[in-house]
Amino acid sequence: MNKRMIITATAAVGVLALAGCSADAEPASTESPAAEQAGGSGAEIVVWTDAEREEALSAAAEAFEADTGATVTLVQKNFEDLRNDFITQVPTGEGPDITVGAHDWLGALVTAGVVDTIDLGDKTDDFEDVAVEAMTYDGQLYALPYSVETVALVQNADLVGEEIPATWDELVERGLEVSDRPIAVNTEGETGDGYTMYGFQTSFGAPLFTQDETGSYSNEVAMGGENGEAFAQWLSDNSPSGTGYLSTTIDYDINNELFNSGEAPFTIQGPWALSTYTDVDNIVVGPIPSAGGETASPLVGVQGFYLSAQSKNALLAQEFLVNYLSTEDAQRTLYEADPRIPALTSLADEVASDPIVAGFLAASQNGVPMPSIPEMGDVWDLWNGAEVQILNGADPASTWNTMVENLEATIN
Amino acid sequence: MSTQLSSPSRPRGASHARSWSGRGAGFLVKLLLMALVNALGIAAILAAWSAESWIVLGATVVLTAAADVVYFTKRALPLKYLFPGLSFLLVFQIFVFGYTGYIAFTNYGTGHAGSMEQAVDAALIQDEKRVEGAESYPLTVVERSGELGFAIVDGDQVRAGTTEEPLAVVSGATIGDNGTPATVPGYDVVPRAEVLSDTDLQQQVVSLRVPVSDDAEDGSIRTREGSTGSVYTSSLEWDADAQTLTDTSTGLVYEASVDGKFRASDGSELAAGWYVGVGFDNFVRAVTDPDLRGPLGQVTLWTFAFAILSVASAFGLGLLFALIYNDPRIRGRAIFRTLFILPYAFPAFMSALLWRGMLNSEFGIINDLFFFGANINWLGDPFLAKVAILWVNLWLSYPYWFLVCTGALQAIPEDTLEAATIDGAGRFRRFRSVILPQLLVSTAPLAISSFAVNFNNFTLIFMMTEGGPSFGGSTALGHTDILISAIYRISGVQGGSADYGLASALSILVFIVIGIISAISLRQTRKLEEMN
Repeated sequence: MNKRMIITATAAVGVLALAGCSADAEPASTESPAAEQAGGSGAEIVVWTDAEREEALSAAAEAFEADTGATVTLVQKNFEDLRNDFITQVPTGEGPDITVGAHDWLGALVTAGVVDTIDLGDKTDDFEDVAVEAMTYDGQLYALPYSVETVALVQNADLVGEEIPATWDELVERGLEVSDRPIAVNTEGETGDGYTMYGFQTSFGAPLFTQDETGSYSNEVAMGGENGEAFAQWLSDNSPSGTGYLSTTIDYDINNELFNSGEAPFTIQGPWALSTYTDVDNIVVGPIPSAGGETASPLVGVQGFYLSAQSKNALLAQEFLVNYLSTEDAQRTLYEADPRIPALTSLADEVASDPIVAGFLAASQNGVPMPSIPEMGDVWDLWNGAEVQILNGADPASTWNTMVENLEATIN
Repeated sequence: MSTQLSSPSRPRGASHARSWSGRGAGFLVKLLLMALVNALGIAAILAAWSAESWIVLGATVVLTAAADVVYFTKRALPLKYLFPGLSFLLVFQIFVFGYTGYIAFTNYGTGHAGSMEQAVDAALIQDEKRVEGAESYPLTVVERSGELGFAIVDGDQVRAGTTEEPLAVVSGATIGDNGTPATVPGYDVVPRAEVLSDTDLQQQVVSLRVPVSDDAEDGSIRTREGSTGSVYTSSLEWDADAQTLTDTSTGLVYEASVDGKFRASDGSELAAGWYVGVGFDNFVRAVTDPDLRGPLGQVTLWTFAFAILSVASAFGLGLLFALIYNDPRIRGRAIFRTLFILPYAFPAFMSALLWRGMLNSEFGIINDLFFFGANINWLGDPFLAKVAILWVNLWLSYPYWFLVCTGALQAIPEDTLEAATIDGAGRFRRFRSVILPQLLVSTAPLAISSFAVNFNNFTLIFMMTEGGPSFGGSTALGHTDILISAIYRISGVQGGSADYGLASALSILVFIVIGIISAISLRQTRKLEEMN
């Protein structure tokens, strides 16, 4: 009899699993048909969020629910999964009305046709320019930004003083006084990390893509030519076969260990790494010094809220975004839940009373939005790979130019 | 006989779950369980119905009905045992495989994610822009003889209109406390609460456009959230019959192409496309596209080398240690054996990460301790990275073979060995002619499955090198990428430009390769058995 029970139970599980397939593994509460049938006061919007923002969102949602009588259902997901899940599930009708996301997904979301435009109206001016620019694609605004993040120069003030070096040479000179490794720059080991290195690259005047006057990127690769070669040469000069200040032996953990132990008095890192610097008493943060003479512009990442193109409650969702999540209170709650530089200017100025936040803010104001065009997806591997090859001793100019040519071939 | 022992009252051969004989408890339990199965089946059918996934619905109906037939008829006794396994096979293997197969024949990926209808929606959304410098007007949704419209506050005037009727000044309208029109003569005001709570009404309001004037070029009022409106213009027009989008400002006609894009005669494309069937294109591309063919060829070679060398080296080392530590003269064999198993007990991805750190050319302990601090770039050099990966995989998997071989050795009967000794066989002869053949009978199938596992050993590759160092050139793939990690990168799941169609096609090729190899080698091992 036991055997029979097990058999029947497994059959039941089999049928259950099939039912699971039909629902595409989403919690049952997010099913849109429920909202569809509900006339009257039962309208519902579904918001996908990551763990850090869930609580902050529920505070804004409560006020919204009280005012409109609608329900806001928060579905928590891993931040890394949001992008692909949004692209694959919105077309099937299983997607949310709103999702949290990063601005560099925008190109992929637009080509997949899954995001709606939003209109902040006069509120647009309340946000940092770089944040609005980042969420703008082809002249249209697609998301409500809430935070801005970037890497900056982080220095150990006990070793090299409070003053931020203006140039790479000055940094090296001051760094060498206390250590033979003046700076730790993460290359993700042998993977390469063009993101961290980008401030130095732009200081040679070799940006990834050309930008028009509104800040929108074209798909024209701009890091070739003389400026790109100069940057490649600089990488090579500082590789282990040159000065050795840069090497592919440094990954995120080693980078933080070197800085924390004082072995490297400078590093290029984002606010997320600061919590690991427990042994450094005096941290000063500032803009990345120029290595090639021009302003060093790091890549700025912006986080925001996207609206689904297939939302059945678009009006309600827009209302929630534009009139509830954009308020200073809501943005402050978001900041308190996860302290990143706020995209709302008034709030950013307020929290910039903390010198470290002010340092990152200053670095981000020098920065440019990370390109969100879909072509960026092709860039990373080739770009990182070329930097690693140069650091490992390949001929700088030819390696760099080959990479640019290959990239152009892939994109077109 | 056991049936008779447990319930002597029933006739021989009758199951106690079939009818109310004896105490009837068996039948009751079966009835309850089947009720549960049916309830779940019906729930699944309803869920599939509302999600409009007809294939799932059909499969659920068939499975539930089959379950009832199988368990309530007297015949089909073997099926009662086979049915659960068969349904698992259907759900977890055939469905997944079939779906992968389906995707492999489409161009599903970046730029081809939804249906054509959705691509049109997206194109229209992306095209409609707010007129530069246009004001935001406080707005109210109004209604006249069943037709929706907008009333806006423009300066100190209220203007109202519908889709058919452009905005016109309405005299005698009042403005509410929140700044939007409160009463509009000639129109009924739709309260905002009603708009927000009614999904159908919301969709009508969102898609409602009220022209500003008789001239369509001036644009239309549109609202996003129902309380403010602004002037928008749109230049794309969708012609459903011709399946074309026409840009009225430039005159370009975007036609639906067979590969799922809207393309104009000058070659320009709209951003969003849809996915279409592409036949064998993905398979053909994998072997003909020069950007893919070269790197994939190298990746395939390395995948075979990696899988074969991993199994051979770990098997060899495991067997050697098993032979040595099987000798009864060694004291504390139990302790040694336990120690040998340790690497096997660590999670593989942790070990791989640890080794990655230890192999770091500047800070790693390997170079410091064993190579006098030389800066050997283990993970950055194509050849050394391969050696490092094989070494770490050997370290990770030889304990498994040590275990398996120890077990197999102990299962070899002592008397055959004694007989061999009496026949004058030396140590080597005994190993080659008696131990090894018997050992292979039980371990060869394991070696084949281990080959298949290593063929798809994604964890190790990704934790150690992420496929690097890169080949360079226009490919993202690298010298230590095996097929499965190459497929992962091509699929774009980690954030690059995605091509699920190609990735699915490649997975099917990998499946076929592994299937063929397993089939051939299993047939070979059967010969081994016959030999004994």
